[in-house]
Amino acid sequence: MQAQKATPAAVFHVHGVTKIYRMGEVEVRALDGVDLDLYAGEFAVMLGPSGSGKSTLLNIVGGLDVPTSGQVFFRDWELTAADDTALTRYRRHALGFVFQFYSLIPSLTARENVALVTELVRDPMTPEEALKLVGLGDRLDHFPSQLSGGEQQRVAIARAIAKRPAVLLCDEPTGALDSRTGKLVLETLVRVCAELATTTVIITHNAVIADTADRVVNLHNGRVSSVRINTVKRSPAELEW
Amino acid sequence: MSTLDHKLLHDIGASRGQIAAIALVVACGISVFVAMLAAYRSLELSQRAYYRANRFADVFAHLTRAPRALEARIAALPGVATAQVRVISDVSLDVPGREEPATGRLVSVPERARPRLDDLSVRAGRYLQPSDRSQVLVSEAFANANHLHVGSLIGAVINGRLQHLRVVGIALSPEFVYEIHGATDIWPDSERFGVIWMGERALSAAFDMQGAFNDLEVALAPGADEQAVVERIDALLARYGGLGAYGRADQPSHRFLSSELAQLRVSATIVPAIFLGIAIFLLHLLLSRTVGTQRTQIAMLKAFGYGNGAIGLHYVWYGLVIVASGALLGLGAGLWLGWILTRYYGVFFHFPILRFQAGIGLLALTLLLVALAGVAGSLAGVRSAMLLPPAEAMRPQPPARYRPALVERMGLHALLPSPIRMILRNVERAPLKSLLSCAGLALGVATLVVGRSSFDAIDLMLAHQFYVIEREDATIAFDHTVSLRASHELAALPGVIRVEPFRAVPIRVRKGHRSRRIALLALDARATLYRIVDLRGRVLQPPRQGILLNERLAQALGVRPGERIALDVLESARATRSVRVAATVDELIGTTAYMERGAAARLLREGPAISGAYVGVDARERTALEAALKRMPSVANVAFRDRTIANFRSTIAQSLAVSTALLILFATVIAFGVVYNSARIALAEHGRELAVLRILGFTRGEVTLVLLGEQALLTATAIPAGIVAGRAIALSFSAAYSSELYRIPTAVSTTTEAFATLVIAAAAFVCGMLFQRQLAALDLVGALKIGE
Repeated sequence: MQAQKATPAAVFHVHGVTKIYRMGEVEVRALDGVDLDLYAGEFAVMLGPSGSGKSTLLNIVGGLDVPTSGQVFFRDWELTAADDTALTRYRRHALGFVFQFYSLIPSLTARENVALVTELVRDPMTPEEALKLVGLGDRLDHFPSQLSGGEQQRVAIARAIAKRPAVLLCDEPTGALDSRTGKLVLETLVRVCAELATTTVIITHNAVIADTADRVVNLHNGRVSSVRINTVKRSPAELEW
Repeated sequence: MSTLDHKLLHDIGASRGQIAAIALVVACGISVFVAMLAAYRSLELSQRAYYRANRFADVFAHLTRAPRALEARIAALPGVATAQVRVISDVSLDVPGREEPATGRLVSVPERARPRLDDLSVRAGRYLQPSDRSQVLVSEAFANANHLHVGSLIGAVINGRLQHLRVVGIALSPEFVYEIHGATDIWPDSERFGVIWMGERALSAAFDMQGAFNDLEVALAPGADEQAVVERIDALLARYGGLGAYGRADQPSHRFLSSELAQLRVSATIVPAIFLGIAIFLLHLLLSRTVGTQRTQIAMLKAFGYGNGAIGLHYVWYGLVIVASGALLGLGAGLWLGWILTRYYGVFFHFPILRFQAGIGLLALTLLLVALAGVAGSLAGVRSAMLLPPAEAMRPQPPARYRPALVERMGLHALLPSPIRMILRNVERAPLKSLLSCAGLALGVATLVVGRSSFDAIDLMLAHQFYVIEREDATIAFDHTVSLRASHELAALPGVIRVEPFRAVPIRVRKGHRSRRIALLALDARATLYRIVDLRGRVLQPPRQGILLNERLAQALGVRPGERIALDVLESARATRSVRVAATVDELIGTTAYMERGAAARLLREGPAISGAYVGVDARERTALEAALKRMPSVANVAFRDRTIANFRSTIAQSLAVSTALLILFATVIAFGVVYNSARIALAEHGRELAVLRILGFTRGEVTLVLLGEQALLTATAIPAGIVAGRAIALSFSAAYSSELYRIPTAVSTTTEAFATLVIAAAAFVCGMLFQRQLAALDLVGALKIGE
């Protein structure tokens, strides 16, 4: 086993993670020695401007990318030492993803987009349950092209939570939406994750969203500049942006 | 080099895989086009040059015997430019190193001058000299097959006496470009049949034909009416046992060469059309997709002030460069293939000079064809690029609209897992594209089916002819009609266990103004070695009353069973009889009519005479039998069935191997072209979806299934469709190539179907596997950064 062992309550233990991209002759240091712990049942927000390395960190934690150096543990399993098959299994069973651009399959209806994921795992919700949770119980058989942006994003949330994942990773989930719709989507996200007690990580450049979080991580130039615990959480309805 | 030219080069580099696949399809089409047309031109020009240089005759006639003095009268007939009379007779040959006797067609040529018509091309040695009566020239094919050379001695049974002939030259004649024994033969058998040219005096003396002739050739005067000349000659030769004059169209060698040329022409049109059609479709796919993904680039170019014309032309060039690269490859391969094909034809068709010539005209035609294909394939893409308003083009393409697939709407919704639904809906969203992809693959399957079916047909013919109809071990033919007693002599020969004599007579059947030259085969009533069997396997007995005609021949003559036809006997005792059609039989070869032997003798008003016999042979005594037959002067020809079959098979085997290799190549190129291009485009269109699936936890294998499932579905649909199409095409080909003389059966064996299925499925599978690498390299992170 590794020398560095994650603390029992930590869902993610990130230790000394550095990510360097080589673009021709230029080296881009996207992450520069990040240390971070995220805990079970928390609603965490990672804040940072464009280029701060927050997406890179999410991708590494989500098993989509590998760091140049450092280690990442999911519970006590080191995902930085895992192969492609193990990472696929990890994404399949442990994680739910929500992306800025929804990333629904255009040839499948809302119900089928959710079913795509529930067919893969043991003991999921039914697609109907999941869509009802996000308030789309009446839009089951609509194709993405027949849904608004906010509705599409809620289908994406339903798709992410339907398999009851341990962790939900969201990359700018409100980034492509207007503020009213964005709040609606955020509300849905907060409510559902609370109901299911899912560990949730949201990355955003929208500082206002941080007010809804249990833990706020600030990233700057590839480093964690601060981590704070929110003592007073606000509901998304109270937010203005 | 302009900016657009740079862009062109870049675009070509970026989709080189697809371009290579399309270029290969073009290359196949062009290579077949060039090869076949070049072979056609080469053969046709060689034929024309040969016929002209060696003065190939226009009208031919055979007769029993007429005085030589008649030659001047024939030459004086209106429409006749030159006449040449000859003595021709088939004899049994004893060729050194051969166990069975061969048949030689002795043809007289003048000793002191060259023939006025059908002059010989001497390939080795020299022409005859008047001094020596035993000298002969032999045909090149026969010499090669039997290892004869200048100085060889051949034994020939002439008029019942064995004579030794000395080979002084090896020659070719325009009369025997395709050297077959009889009018009913299909394949040359150069080991057993050859032409021997002998001095006129020597040959006439040997056959007691001094001052007489039994064969006539005529060259027509310019503008003469062939039919009129034929009728005049027939009238003149009637009292000399004339067997009916005929023109080049019925001259066996010319007829085969012409029909081969006609077939080449048809194939040179159909096959390339299939390939170029597929290439146009693939080019259309590629260009539509390229223009789709380059919308913003196009808009930018337009915003910078590039005109629609320049942009349209840019994409036309893109299409033209692709087809041109394929055409260049195809042209090279085609010229090489054409040369091989021409040489291959040279094995069967004997020309003194078989020059391979492609010609500027063919090259120009190829260029034109390629340019047309390039423009046709680019048209839709070019049009949409030109019509695109810059402002709209700046926005990405709107999201695709989908709906449940047909099978789902039919109520099978619940049974289908999501990936299958995605595949079905993708297929249905672009029905024309799916249909054309499927059609392309189906044509690949059909190509294989049609190509192999001709060999299936040959197998079927072979099986029917040699295992159902003919079951003798050997067929013995006498050089003239002999008494039935000869069959008892045959029975007494070593190894002969059964003898079934037959009488064969050349006849002409007539009904009204329609007539056909065929053979009458008179068999014993309960003959078992040679049976009359129709295509359904029904065994018929030779009729004791009337004549049994081939069904298609009866149709051509317009007669039905029960009706009477006129029958001209085209043999020594020329006579005309009226005979009732007893029945018709559905056979592959339509040149034979049947009667019971006794009934035929009564009709011909002759005694129990026979022309030959089918014999059963004890294999252990075969060598002894062959030796004995060689010593029998009246035996003109002995054909052992197993050798005939083996000869036939070895002739076929070579062309089967070559054609199978080409077919596999062509079908693989088609399958690769279609599957690779469709999959490439699917990857470009759905790459992001696939990346999302991978992120959601789909394994690489599951994502491969989603990407290639569409191709697999199209291939699986195309295979049965292609087999059905192949069967239909084979049927139309066999109808087109069949005449009333021969019927080419349509046969598509299970092996052929399995072969076609396997080749296409394997090609599609291997092609699909190429995408494993691309799927492994899917940019999961990048896919999330692009907006809808």
